[in-house]
Amino acid sequence: MSLLTVDSLNVRFQTPDGEVHAVRDLGFSLAPGETLGIVGESGSGKSQSMMSLIGLLASNGRAEGSARFDGTELIGMPLGALRKVRGRRIGMIFQDPMTSLNPYMTVFEQMSRVLVHHERLSRRESRKRCIELLDAVHIPEAAKRMDMYPHEFSGGMRQRVMIAAAMLCRPDLLIADEPTTALDVTVQAQILELMRDVRRDFGTAIILITHDLGVVAGLCERVLVMHRGEEKESGPVDDIFYRPQHPYTRALLAAVPRLDQAEISRLASLDEADEESAVERALIERREPDLDAPALLDVSDLRVHFKLAPETLLGKPRVLRAVNGVELELRPGETLGVVGESGCGKSTLARAVLRLVPATSGHISLLGEEITGKDKKEMRVHRRDMQVVFQDPLASLNPRMTVGDIVAEPLRTHFPSIPRREVRQKVEAILSRVGLGPEHVNRYPHEFSGGQCQRIGIARALVLEPKLVICDEPVSALDVSIQAQIVNLLMDLQAEMNLSLVFIAHDLAVVRHISHRIMVMYLGRVVEVADRVALYERPMHPYTQALIRAVPIPDPELERNKPHAPLHGDLPSPVDPPSGCAFRTRCPIAVGRCAVEIPELRQVGDHLVACHEA
Amino acid sequence: MSREMPLATVPAGKPDGGIEPVKGRSLWVDAWNVLRRNRAAVFAGGLILFMGVAVIIGPWLSPWAYDHTDWANTSIGPDWESRHYFGTDALGRDLFVRTLYGGRISLMIGVVATLVSLLIGISWGATAGYLGGRVDHVMMRIVDILYAMPFMFFVILLMVFFGRNIILIFVAIGAINWLDMARIVRGQTLSLKHKEFVEAAEAQGVATFNILRRHIVPNLLGVVVVYVTLTIPQVILVESFLSFLGLGVQEPMTSWGALVNEGAQEMGTAPWMLVFPAVFLALTLFCFNFVGDGLRDALDPKDR
Amino acid sequence: MLRYALTRFIGAIPTLFILIAVAFFMIRAAPGGPFDAEKALPAEIEANLRAAYHLDEPLVQQFGRYVWNIVRGDFGPSFQYKDFTVTELIAAGFPVSLRLGGSAMLLALLVGIAAGTIAALRQNSRTDHTVMAVSMTGISIPNFVMAPLLILFFAVYLGWLPAGGIGDGGWRHMILPVVSLALPQIAYIARLTRGSMIEVLRSNFVRTARAQGLPERTVVLRHALKPALLPVVSYLGPATAAVITGSVVIEQIFGVPGLGRYFVQGALNRDYTLVMGVVVFYGALIILFNLLVDLVYAWLDPKVKYA
Repeated sequence: MSLLTVDSLNVRFQTPDGEVHAVRDLGFSLAPGETLGIVGESGSGKSQSMMSLIGLLASNGRAEGSARFDGTELIGMPLGALRKVRGRRIGMIFQDPMTSLNPYMTVFEQMSRVLVHHERLSRRESRKRCIELLDAVHIPEAAKRMDMYPHEFSGGMRQRVMIAAAMLCRPDLLIADEPTTALDVTVQAQILELMRDVRRDFGTAIILITHDLGVVAGLCERVLVMHRGEEKESGPVDDIFYRPQHPYTRALLAAVPRLDQAEISRLASLDEADEESAVERALIERREPDLDAPALLDVSDLRVHFKLAPETLLGKPRVLRAVNGVELELRPGETLGVVGESGCGKSTLARAVLRLVPATSGHISLLGEEITGKDKKEMRVHRRDMQVVFQDPLASLNPRMTVGDIVAEPLRTHFPSIPRREVRQKVEAILSRVGLGPEHVNRYPHEFSGGQCQRIGIARALVLEPKLVICDEPVSALDVSIQAQIVNLLMDLQAEMNLSLVFIAHDLAVVRHISHRIMVMYLGRVVEVADRVALYERPMHPYTQALIRAVPIPDPELERNKPHAPLHGDLPSPVDPPSGCAFRTRCPIAVGRCAVEIPELRQVGDHLVACHEA
Repeated sequence: MSREMPLATVPAGKPDGGIEPVKGRSLWVDAWNVLRRNRAAVFAGGLILFMGVAVIIGPWLSPWAYDHTDWANTSIGPDWESRHYFGTDALGRDLFVRTLYGGRISLMIGVVATLVSLLIGISWGATAGYLGGRVDHVMMRIVDILYAMPFMFFVILLMVFFGRNIILIFVAIGAINWLDMARIVRGQTLSLKHKEFVEAAEAQGVATFNILRRHIVPNLLGVVVVYVTLTIPQVILVESFLSFLGLGVQEPMTSWGALVNEGAQEMGTAPWMLVFPAVFLALTLFCFNFVGDGLRDALDPKDR
Repeated sequence: MLRYALTRFIGAIPTLFILIAVAFFMIRAAPGGPFDAEKALPAEIEANLRAAYHLDEPLVQQFGRYVWNIVRGDFGPSFQYKDFTVTELIAAGFPVSLRLGGSAMLLALLVGIAAGTIAALRQNSRTDHTVMAVSMTGISIPNFVMAPLLILFFAVYLGWLPAGGIGDGGWRHMILPVVSLALPQIAYIARLTRGSMIEVLRSNFVRTARAQGLPERTVVLRHALKPALLPVVSYLGPATAAVITGSVVIEQIFGVPGLGRYFVQGALNRDYTLVMGVVVFYGALIILFNLLVDLVYAWLDPKVKYA
């Protein structure tokens, strides 16, 4: 007996630009207790289809078709009846735990409201039930924490609260819309583990909406792949991952970099895979950096500290130690990947190296010359050799300038005497090189898609032919298939122009794919540095091990057999880091020494590790 | 962002081999399109333009001067034959001309005083926002302190103590509104400063002056335009307020506020003296507010 | 929270100080004023002035005296009403203005919040457009235009309400002045509430509340109302200043013997001390009120209260 049967579901939106057909003829069925993953990129309609089931579409949207939930038809159900289904029989959790909880009510107030409405529980009974659920989601000291406000919880804990609230009435179905996308990797692992527990303990069916194939592989029994509103393929998880039939599914799988993959191949992008032929993963002849050449970028004992307002009126001023002693070395033609979770300081490190943010102490030298103390004027000359690509494609381009002007700006700044004709030629050349036609010079950034904007950003960074490009999360805001294109582009450009790249990201798989060496950061310090093979195959630092364990791999067999032991606890605040080794509060092998002495980064085999126990 | 555009299309080239670039669609054009669709705002804007034209050329269409006393026709209602289209006041001065003439003064004060507050506000706000740190802290503290002052009272005091000089009126009124403008500009500058395209420009080594010129100021204009449109009616209101209390422009110059004051006193016997200037004043304020709202919707759709 | 309160309180003192300083130096600088050295006064008056204001002392000391006097509640004698001190005049006029202004604020809040909320709940409906249009009109028509029109209509043509004065202090005399004073604020608060409510209703946590199956009434009243009203709380400071300013004109038009009226008469008759006194008094009131509003806001926002 199917719990949910969807048939010919269509969702349309009326916009000033015309009608948008967001979901086309979707159909599937879900058995009780089953976990279904709906996978797709942005614009695939995956969220909208589920929102329409419980009537949460925006006012300009309309759903047609059928969705029978336990015998009753949901589409077209009157609001009064729908409200009895929401929360009680179908629970829903959303992507952003920061904004999905009411900041003006305590956790208990928000949760009890649901119980009061659906089950008419008394206050005392509500408290009991809330504590029960909060315990089930592993919130420590539930009774006390219930009376706190959401902003006093961390991101991971807030998502747990969301799950607890959704499960209060023990619904038959839980819809989770990108529940872990906004969370750090280690926290994501905790939440996924929690969802497995919830499934086991409550027997709830789960529909998991996500773009992350690894998450789907680890959690779901059946998968439905969507693209542009339509279902492209669906079936049991093993079939989808090991025997994909539809070209789109195959392209999607080929476009995702896998953490466990040693050899580098060209990531397939969507247009290459639209043909019916099997996708070939061509191996790239990778250019290795010259290890004997002098270091291009040399950073030693870099510290960046920010002063904050004191906690109390007469208290001491607090210090945010964003970067707390980092050293790195980069050779010409080398890509150094920098990974870490929020608060590790990788973005601040990028800005400090770029001299956008003053370093509190330490040394940075570029091409052998010390640039740490230089003022704006002196830095100018060096900036020709060091450029940057940022995370948000649209925000990194001035919306009031044309693309041509944006890319030409570095030229005009550093070589003001170059004639306009030549500037124009160079701009068109670099735009073509990044895959945009020269006919786009007079367009404005908002007329382009995310991937194209990122190409423009890369063009701007490369127009001066710098030696070093710092990429701060350049693909995090892009869809998987676009991500693949940009990663391929960067790798091609690196080979062509012998660029050095510092590639900062939180996605370990992408970093592994593109980098020669990888540096792992935690709370402002470097914990491990190793080459791309050694780091994955023999991680030495307990944090690196936990990080690698936490990354979901798009391979159901592997995911099923993986020992799921997520790192416990939350990331400490960089304002108040633990004494000694900052990682010790979550470290499974911490000893007494770890609380006293900060471990130095030292050579252990072919790794650099900062751990007393390594 | 728009959907993924086909990358491979190359339009037909020009005979000399160059490729014709496509004309882009700037954000201003987009905003203009949204504004055009807002028919009420367009209508209000048209009305403002009409008002502007009317106050300039209107008085030329009447045979009466604004300060000429027609003793034969005192306190008469609107009358076509004597060419007193709006009637006259107790001294026989033609109300049509006086209303339009008063409009000149009111509008002029509105625009000029707004420009004064604009200049002060933008300079103050952009400087505080861009420089940040202590400078910003001090500058905004000053704004906070001034904000708490009962400004209207001080202006009244100024008028009382130092006489009703029209320059003083400009300055005093302009000085009231720059605080809001400074706060808005500073807020916007702060958020722009942290935007990645400004960081990218800094990373390229662009000079500070050019960063302000190319990146900061053009992105401030949207907010400034909206605010200017909303400040003008506030300024006109302040001037009318002062005139109503008898502290505005000196006789025989007049403004809408002064006319309303006169009209209110004769309300029972000569209601037209109140109605005409009141309608003009209210209508102008209404239209400016409407256009301002429309501009705000067009330039920043989130801010509905 | 305590730290916040203390900081704000300490921060308000320089503001007050500057207010008094500006008032003091303005009166000293006024040409033709009582301290204008150029004016030739009869010897007796000059002697009185000198004695009363200690004009032979250094300016700083005079200022100190002025501040000290204000702290003790002494604003000096009135120039206009020879038998009264400014303090007595303020004490007479303020309660009337308070009744007028307080009622206006209350009316504005009740009607404004209600109208704004209803408009937001029925966004883009006819009700919404009507509320928006009416409030736009309320903002655009100055209260000194609206008041005479209201008098014209309700008092002269219809004869329902008295045209002015406070008569026996009964409520009938209060209606027109209070409504005239409240109208622009009703309009502004309605727009503010509407905008804020619309934004809150779009927020993620409201989406969560709806997804939990809560009835719309609970969603609006329990989840949305408090965050939506926070901007209105913030606005209370400037609103009070606007009502005080507006009362100056309204009291004039309706002949209500409040502080605003005294102020205008004082201004026109060059009663320097009275005018200064009212400015300092109202200014201090506004500063105090702003401080209170800030504290209330901080108390309502858990992020500040439990920082």
